Amino acid sequence: MTTQTIERATPRLPWGRWSIRGAALTYLAVFLVLPLIVVVVDGLGAGVESITSVVSSPIARHAIWLTIWTGLVMSLINAVMGLLTAFVLVRYEFPGKTLLNAVVDLPFAIPTLVTGVMLVILYGPQAAIGGWLNQQLGWQVIFAPSGIILALLFTSFPFVVRSVQPVLINLDRSSEEAAATLGAPAWQIFWRVTLPALLPALVSGTLLSFARAIGEFGAIVVVAGNIPLRSQTAAVYVYGEIESGSQRDASAMSLVMLAIALGTMSLVDWLSRRREVQA
Amino acid sequence: MNWRKWLLISIVVGYMGILIIAPLGAIVFGAFREGTAAMLTALQHPHVLRSFGLTLIICLVVVAIHGIFGTLVAWVLVRHQFIGKAFVNRLLDLPFAMSPVIVGFTLIVLFGRNGVLKPLTEALDWQIAFALPGMILATLFVTLPFMVRELMPVLEAFGRKQEEAAATLGASGWQTFRLVTFPALRWAFLYGLGLTCARALGEFGAVLVISGGIQGRTETATVYIFRALDDRQYAGAYSAALLLGAISLVLVLVIDVFHRRSQKSIEQR
Repeated sequence: MTTQTIERATPRLPWGRWSIRGAALTYLAVFLVLPLIVVVVDGLGAGVESITSVVSSPIARHAIWLTIWTGLVMSLINAVMGLLTAFVLVRYEFPGKTLLNAVVDLPFAIPTLVTGVMLVILYGPQAAIGGWLNQQLGWQVIFAPSGIILALLFTSFPFVVRSVQPVLINLDRSSEEAAATLGAPAWQIFWRVTLPALLPALVSGTLLSFARAIGEFGAIVVVAGNIPLRSQTAAVYVYGEIESGSQRDASAMSLVMLAIALGTMSLVDWLSRRREVQA
Repeated sequence: MNWRKWLLISIVVGYMGILIIAPLGAIVFGAFREGTAAMLTALQHPHVLRSFGLTLIICLVVVAIHGIFGTLVAWVLVRHQFIGKAFVNRLLDLPFAMSPVIVGFTLIVLFGRNGVLKPLTEALDWQIAFALPGMILATLFVTLPFMVRELMPVLEAFGRKQEEAAATLGASGWQTFRLVTFPALRWAFLYGLGLTCARALGEFGAVLVISGGIQGRTETATVYIFRALDDRQYAGAYSAALLLGAISLVLVLVIDVFHRRSQKSIEQR
């Protein structure tokens, strides 16, 4: 009865509703789906053999492999340090904690190209630190894979921290206290009780940072340059192919990158759904 | 117990110091190395002024478009029921998986020299690729989810009770939105606009590809920094990078206030 009066009081013209919905969905179709369709149609248009032939060229293969392994190394370091950072920020009280918590978000606030410039100033061969590392330790950062990993670590630092932190804050501590009462040492409590509870958030944050790393361009192109077979990642390869006018190579590589990134994100999605079903 | 606490804290502080703070310090040092006067001269170069102006224009247009349509999408995804809604909701994460370079590339495929839509834009005498419209489109693609993602939870938390009350009292749909719903959304709306703007300021890959980076003409702030670095104009590159970084940082600090207010308004419900 009440809903009926409301319906009558508001002459909701169906065309108004439909035009709002239509406008919203058209906007999404143009800005969300169109790029995906263009890449897929353009990439598959030349046939699957064309993609495999592009991707199996030594330069392209090296670019894909470099992108994947630097992404994996970054994800691993990010998982460990992100977890530790979240733990310290939630469990300990110390002066400057609020400031430290604010610094976590800095990488999201700074344009990735600017990140690249910062790293070049700090670790470039002419810079004090970069020169010292190079001469004393023979360790080159700029135009090398370690520069790529460093750039990715910077840009994706908040992912793991910010996905683990809320879970850790809301974690019921009674199991930890029970384990402590039973005389378990601190590291065992963390390993056996705390970590399993944090694992889903830790894994999804880590996977998201990996998916993000596949497409990173701004920071990497400055830090690693565009040296084929050495420091050229997949995104930089695509850029180079567009510049030299070979669209076919660019679209094949774009498809590969999209497949890896979307695959990783679907994995995150699947894991969280499975958890919901189990819960 | 105590030594472990301080050990872990120092590891985290050391890591963040080396990873985040040291590079930040380096850019300040790099920009000021040749003196404040040299930095100010570098920033007054016509190409720098023009590139920051272009970034500002793109940012304003993008914020206006996403402000309107993002609100519309959030409204439809929260208040309307239709088949495929869950799917559309998941699609919103798509830009996250898409490299900016790929976004730029799709625009080249559509509007570039041999573009699919080239005959159409030529007939209409529209210049899209290597011009401002293409750069705006590129930035629109990359910044789409921010507005929608900020508004949806607030809209959900607000619920429909007050809207229905207004409707019962005879308010029109638009009146209800303007006088009842929007005031509840305003902090989230401002935060969404700020995030979109921050992301638009720093957009690089997509804009670089579609703009062609024509000196002094289609260069945004990021594209200028990239080119200046390539040309070994370090004073210009470092100063512009410091300025752009500082603007982004201040913007993010300011909109954090909006974010807190918006979170508070959700918690109060």
